[in-house]
Amino acid sequence: MKILLMGNPNVGKSVLFSRLTGVHVMTSNYPGTTVHYSRGHMKLGDQQGEIIDVPGTYTLEPTCDAEKVALQMLDSGDLLINVVSALNLERNLYLTLQLLERKVPMIVALNMSDDAAHYGIHIDLKRLRELLGVPVIPTVATTGEGIKELVDNLDKAVSHDMPARSRDERWVAIGDILNQVQQVTHRHHTWRERLADASVRPLSGGLMALTILISTFLGIRFLGEGLIGGLFDPLFNDLWAPVLNGISGFLGGSGFLHNVLIGKLLGGEVDFVQSFGLLSSGLYVPFAMVLPYIISFYLVLGLLEDTGYLPRLAILMDSIMHKVGLHGYAIIPTLLGFGCNVPAVLATRILESKREKFIAVTLISVAVPCAALQAMIFGLVGARGGQYVVIVYGTLLLVWIVLGFILNKAVKGFSPELLIEIPPYRLPRLGATLQKLWMRTYGFLAEALPIILGAIIAINILYFIGLFEAIADVAAPVVTGLLGLPKEAVTALIVGVLRKDVAVGMLAPLSLTTAQLVVGCVVLAMFFPCIATFVVLLRELGPVGTLKSFAVMILVALTTGGLLNWAL
Amino acid sequence: MQIKCLNDLRSGEGGKISRINGGRGMVGRLAALNIRPGSRITKLNDGFMRGPVTIELDRTQIAIGFGMAARIMVAVEESGQ
Repeated sequence: MKILLMGNPNVGKSVLFSRLTGVHVMTSNYPGTTVHYSRGHMKLGDQQGEIIDVPGTYTLEPTCDAEKVALQMLDSGDLLINVVSALNLERNLYLTLQLLERKVPMIVALNMSDDAAHYGIHIDLKRLRELLGVPVIPTVATTGEGIKELVDNLDKAVSHDMPARSRDERWVAIGDILNQVQQVTHRHHTWRERLADASVRPLSGGLMALTILISTFLGIRFLGEGLIGGLFDPLFNDLWAPVLNGISGFLGGSGFLHNVLIGKLLGGEVDFVQSFGLLSSGLYVPFAMVLPYIISFYLVLGLLEDTGYLPRLAILMDSIMHKVGLHGYAIIPTLLGFGCNVPAVLATRILESKREKFIAVTLISVAVPCAALQAMIFGLVGARGGQYVVIVYGTLLLVWIVLGFILNKAVKGFSPELLIEIPPYRLPRLGATLQKLWMRTYGFLAEALPIILGAIIAINILYFIGLFEAIADVAAPVVTGLLGLPKEAVTALIVGVLRKDVAVGMLAPLSLTTAQLVVGCVVLAMFFPCIATFVVLLRELGPVGTLKSFAVMILVALTTGGLLNWAL
Repeated sequence: MQIKCLNDLRSGEGGKISRINGGRGMVGRLAALNIRPGSRITKLNDGFMRGPVTIELDRTQIAIGFGMAARIMVAVEESGQ
């Protein structure tokens, strides 16, 4: 039996899904968090039910890719749980009526019923049940209230003989229902609403945005550095280094096996950054360089997501984003890209037109470095001086602006205007925010570790058989001539296709000048997406779109790298 | 009673939407959010540099791009002061 969770965006479907199945999925306080579906299972009496968390949609006439997914899912469901926000019954009921016309057995979960009471909204459940002709269960998904009743009543879900209606007829019917079931008592503004108003007003909102973004950046750095300096570095230097030196001595200090496991010794010692063995850099790079920043970035991002601030940022950024052919909501995939480009590319499904998707995806792939890459840039470039980190970021920002401006002029099609619902501010629930942090951190380790370790083995083997040198000789004119990098840097660029953090790490042993390091990092960030991003890119843009996007990436990376090399 | 486009409303002014001068796609997108002729809305804010206008409707705040807001006509209610 297939059970679909359907409803408007940001009504709490994913939270309900986690409650029902015990499977944790990404939840946030903004419309469009879920852009593809998740599956989970639950026991229904003595049979197993499959539950699907469907992306939110306002109507069954889709306006973007995420909503198309919802419509496609609908035909496969045996039972619908229509999640309705008690806060905005009127708008939510439109989808409810459309779903009832589909004649699939349905039950309504009237979610956020605690908030509704708080807002002075009273809903006559009995009358609503009668009018809709299906069970209506009040729920509070975030606390678990009403979930048991919902499950107990699933077998009472019925299909309804609702005639198909036109858009206007539906709204008339909804007006009729509201008159009979809903009473709203007047109440005064709360401080949260005042804050909500202030955060979208141009002046106060702009100042708030600036403060939030700066403290976000400082918070991420502070926490990341703290984790490295206070926890991971001491662990590796004091505990792991003696073990490695012991193993190194045991293996005789050189040879193929020694190179794969420990790497090359520097001054007779293991160097965690430069040795490039499985047990040295292979563990140090992901755990002590990248992981701390993954944790700090996703903790701060999670807080921003859960408070409901991101849609407000989207509104403030709207007029700027229009200059690059996007609207304000594209800021959300862009911010996600600073964590990892994969979910960022997926999140562009909330954008309405093909042109917007192409521009957003290309800009993210070119000019938005993921957290792993940024951690390595901080680690290696930062060691040469903070101003060089500023040069790397400044270059990427400049490229984002200029390339966006050009793409806006060059890419055909139209970019629709911003139209979004702004969710109320909520205090993040600590448990949920930490759960999300854990999912993302675990996701990073599960995905990155095998690739990093595999890449290090492969690199050592390729060095051993001399293949890298052959490739380096072929690519030398471009890399040396145009970018001013030693030809050994070619191997790093190739590995960049697998993972960018490892690739930047490979620049470390090359004894580059600071200018070369800056050029290397910028080119690595821009020129090609990592393999994981490539896969989603292909899926979201199609082969032709992906090829076009690649052409832009390579052209821009070489131009920028060449200019930087000339300027520095 | 005066009819103005959403951009010309002052912050805090409200009224009933009288007409939406848009194609099917735009009218559909707006209607999905219950922004349609007859809906009562209150304007909250103007955007920065022709940024989106924010309105309140049915206790929901919604941001509408400047160009779209220009095509939403509102019959302004006299404020009850």
